[in-house]
Amino acid sequence: MDIKRRDFLKVVAGSGLLLAAGESPAGAIARPPRTMPDEAVGLMYDSTICVGCKVCQKACKVSNNMPPEHTQRPPEMIDALWDNPADLSEYTLNIIKAYKNGNAEVKNREDNGFAFIQRHCMHCVDPACVSACPVSALQKNPKTGVVTYSKNACIGCRYCQMACPFGIPKFEWDKAFPQIRKCQFCDHKFAEGGYPACAQSCPTGATIFGPARDLLAEAKKRLTLKADSYYDYPVQRIDSGNRVKQKVASYVTRVYGEKEVGGTQFIMLAGVPFGRLGLPDLGDRPDAALSEGIQHTLYKGMIAPAAVLAGLMYAAYRSTKNDK
Amino acid sequence: MKDGFEGLPDLSGGPGERLLARGVSRRDFLKVCTGIAAAMGLPLGMGAQIAEAVTNPKRPPVIWLSAQECTGCTESLLRTNHPTLEKLILELISLDYHETLNAGAGKQCEEALKKSMQENKGKYILVVDGSIPVKDGGIYCKIGGKTVLSLLEEQGSQAAAVIAIGSCSSWGGMPSAYPNPTGATPVHAIFKEKGIKTPVVNIPGCPPNGYNFLSTVLYLLTFKKLPQLDEEGRPKFAYGRLIHDNCERRPHFDAGRFALEFGDDGHRKGYCLYKLGCKGPETYNNCPTLLYNDAGSQAWPVGTGHPCFGCSENKVGFNIPLHTPAVLKDVTPPVNFPGIVEDKGKGVTVAGAAIAAGVAGAAIGVAAATSKNLGKKDKDKGKSDPESKES
Amino acid sequence: MSEPRPLGGKIVTVPFLFFSALAVLAVILIIKRFFLGLGAVTNLSDGYPWGIWIAYDVVVGTAIACGGYAMALLVYIFNKGEFHPLVRPALLASAFGYTLAGVSIFFDVGRYWQAYNLFLPWYSQLNSVMFEVAFCITLYIFVLWIEFSPSVMERLKATGMKKTMDRIMFVFIAIGVLLPTMHQSSLGTLMVITGKKLSPLWQTPLIPLLALISAITMGYAIVIFESIMSAVSFRREIETPILSKLSAFIPPLIGAYLVVRFGDLVVRGSLGEAFSGGLKGIMFLIENLLYVVPLVILVSKDNRKSPQKLFIAAFSMLLAGAVYRFDLFLVGFNPGEGWHYFPSFSETLITVGLISLEIAGYLYFVKKFPVLPGAEHA
Repeated sequence: MDIKRRDFLKVVAGSGLLLAAGESPAGAIARPPRTMPDEAVGLMYDSTICVGCKVCQKACKVSNNMPPEHTQRPPEMIDALWDNPADLSEYTLNIIKAYKNGNAEVKNREDNGFAFIQRHCMHCVDPACVSACPVSALQKNPKTGVVTYSKNACIGCRYCQMACPFGIPKFEWDKAFPQIRKCQFCDHKFAEGGYPACAQSCPTGATIFGPARDLLAEAKKRLTLKADSYYDYPVQRIDSGNRVKQKVASYVTRVYGEKEVGGTQFIMLAGVPFGRLGLPDLGDRPDAALSEGIQHTLYKGMIAPAAVLAGLMYAAYRSTKNDK
Repeated sequence: MKDGFEGLPDLSGGPGERLLARGVSRRDFLKVCTGIAAAMGLPLGMGAQIAEAVTNPKRPPVIWLSAQECTGCTESLLRTNHPTLEKLILELISLDYHETLNAGAGKQCEEALKKSMQENKGKYILVVDGSIPVKDGGIYCKIGGKTVLSLLEEQGSQAAAVIAIGSCSSWGGMPSAYPNPTGATPVHAIFKEKGIKTPVVNIPGCPPNGYNFLSTVLYLLTFKKLPQLDEEGRPKFAYGRLIHDNCERRPHFDAGRFALEFGDDGHRKGYCLYKLGCKGPETYNNCPTLLYNDAGSQAWPVGTGHPCFGCSENKVGFNIPLHTPAVLKDVTPPVNFPGIVEDKGKGVTVAGAAIAAGVAGAAIGVAAATSKNLGKKDKDKGKSDPESKES
Repeated sequence: MSEPRPLGGKIVTVPFLFFSALAVLAVILIIKRFFLGLGAVTNLSDGYPWGIWIAYDVVVGTAIACGGYAMALLVYIFNKGEFHPLVRPALLASAFGYTLAGVSIFFDVGRYWQAYNLFLPWYSQLNSVMFEVAFCITLYIFVLWIEFSPSVMERLKATGMKKTMDRIMFVFIAIGVLLPTMHQSSLGTLMVITGKKLSPLWQTPLIPLLALISAITMGYAIVIFESIMSAVSFRREIETPILSKLSAFIPPLIGAYLVVRFGDLVVRGSLGEAFSGGLKGIMFLIENLLYVVPLVILVSKDNRKSPQKLFIAAFSMLLAGAVYRFDLFLVGFNPGEGWHYFPSFSETLITVGLISLEIAGYLYFVKKFPVLPGAEHA
């Protein structure tokens, strides 16, 4: 019996080849996080100058051929005339949500104030969905960094939904032949030199389009502005030259998306802490790096599995021979 | 606020015949009064009451003080049609003094003013248009050698009520724009400083709609009290709602259709002027519903294709550049927006819970029964074939 | 112990009909799903895109179906020939378990008609844990049926074929051990990428190790459970001596599992969460208590000789592994505020239907094919 027990401990130690890899700290197995392509494009949303007109939401629907949705709750609030989704869904790839506290008197204030927040795909620098997808249906454009979806590849396993820390990919639950829906940065407009409809339609410059790096620089510049001073906010594109003078609100000193899960190409500024706006605190490490790190430690070049298989074959051969 | 305005003339006498003499039928006249009642949001029956009040033989005296003004307010008032101004000043009120409309001039007028003030002390209505310069002792605006500041003090303290017509007298208006060289000050601020208790109604606008003025005057005459005012001293019937909320172009805003520059496709199609700097979203006024000069539909700035300037709104008109986007005021409380956290997904249902519990129960039940049987077996070892689940 | 042989007897019995009926119900609901979409029969949502079909049918289902793997590991790799009689029933249950997991994946995935994309090299995405899991499970289903095929050949009296098969069987046995090792660990790794959506009580880089150990443990447990169950059901003698020997392997495995499990929690400083009182904490405690029960029972040699104690230990072990997997995929998973999930009636019924199909199939196979050891009828 004792010998057998030892054998079993050997099984535990040897069978997975996991122990050595698994017991080292997570950081050590994780592969290095990916970096942003040089020509990466991005979007910036500044909650402080958003007026909640929802034009971006509507422009997104037009641009992506999405039907209106009447799901806002409670049901008595549902107005079947206008598009009023409760949240992002397979029919709504971009949404303006409102934070409301107390009597909701003053904009960009945490207590007794309100604020708007725009939600859509963050276009992560190191996207979990792309790492998760078994059939390369989700891909990150190596040049622009845009995360796109191909229904021809997709098998509908929904692992991307499990993986996405922001809950972005949506699945068509009520269709016999469903697909995943997500913001693809108006990829179809790029071909004609266009840019995302949300930025194009925004009247105040709350959502602007531009090279991801320039946007980050702009965001950091805004954080240095004095509250109540005036600033010429660029509208539509950071390089459009079209600027609108507006009063500066007091910012929360953080650019959401600068570091979150290894950085995102959609970054945000706000006057209310991001946690209150429903944006999770995710830390700086991309989960994809750890997951892939574990896999590649175990299966690099299939060398370890091949070696194990050889050993197993030998053992099995010996046993079956003894059997007969 | 003074209680009831007992100082105003008693209007309980019988209806006057002057209007009929001038060819205005009683029916037409009642229509006008009913229209005014409706504009103020009063019950329909109030029209008759207004008619009765304004046809009283004793017309209420009105003194009009012009300070730093452009006469725009008077000009605008002259263009009212029901009733016309001449009807107002000749038949409904007794306009005892008005720089622009006085028949006489100079000493003659000043005498008339003095006389009226003495006769109607505490009973007359003082209308002020234009802001009051206070810098350098108020020397930047004088009438008959006296500064308007001193005139206002004198006339204001003896009036039953003051109506500040136009943005200048309501909150400073154009003369008070940066750098405000004359120290232009609104009426209510001067009253506050000097401790004058006469109530002030502000009718801001540049110019204000004549009917907002008329309605206020008639309300005062009819009910002998001021209409309901907001915290800025403006009558609520006229300034209770944002221009944005009643604007005929609002659906374009909601649907995201904007004119991007003057003369572009969207502008020609009558899209929302928000992107051109329309101040409708932060300006309280009834322009889109009342319109101007009885000229038919769209006779107001936005209707003609120009963004609202915010003329009637303190700290907006003459303060914020014309093409700077407005700050939206009516998004609070944001009931029409989805919240940060919305209820999603499908939770437990009775059927769902029942079957889950049933399955778990069955599994554990079978295991328990088997275990029990095995226990029996354990005890009576050797005696095989216990009662058990058959194949 | 004699060679395996068919049990014989009537196929259409009351239990067989009962389970078949449930399976038919499930099939009807599955047809509904194909016409009206997943939303029509399940409570799945964008927050909880994986429900019991993944958590139970696939993750728990294949772990329970690890009997074949565990026995192959023991008999062929560690050369413990004395356990040979347990191999065939275990293999049959495994083949059923895995096949049905494969079937349930097929109707769980949204774009099933493109499922073959997984095997097209230009679509394969080697960074994906899901790719590895799907690939391995598919292969393993074939390997399992190949491993089981000698029983069918015996039944069909294809002696020549069986001889050839026996000669090359070691290759499949080896692959049949490697594949579950890979995908049972990777089934756990699937959840690593969910990051902070998974409670720190379960989220650790060691998920693959924990998943693998508990899968092997469940493999032995199911062999014991199944052997006792079928002995009771078919009124056969319980193979107590061999089961008692087999059960001796379980405590060290559970011990190793618990050391890793709690060591990891302590190192990460997340153990406190277990006592925070919420559903997650309670489920964590239940889960680990269920691991402790078989550990305590099976450490004692006397207990190992009692079929009842063996049965309780095995059942508790199975529950422990199942609860761990449910916690890992559903209870510990929180996609953010506002989301709810509880399986719908139809959803659960489909799962029940699949289990019923498995049982009905097992009943049929053991009567028609040489699976169970030909012990003397009582």
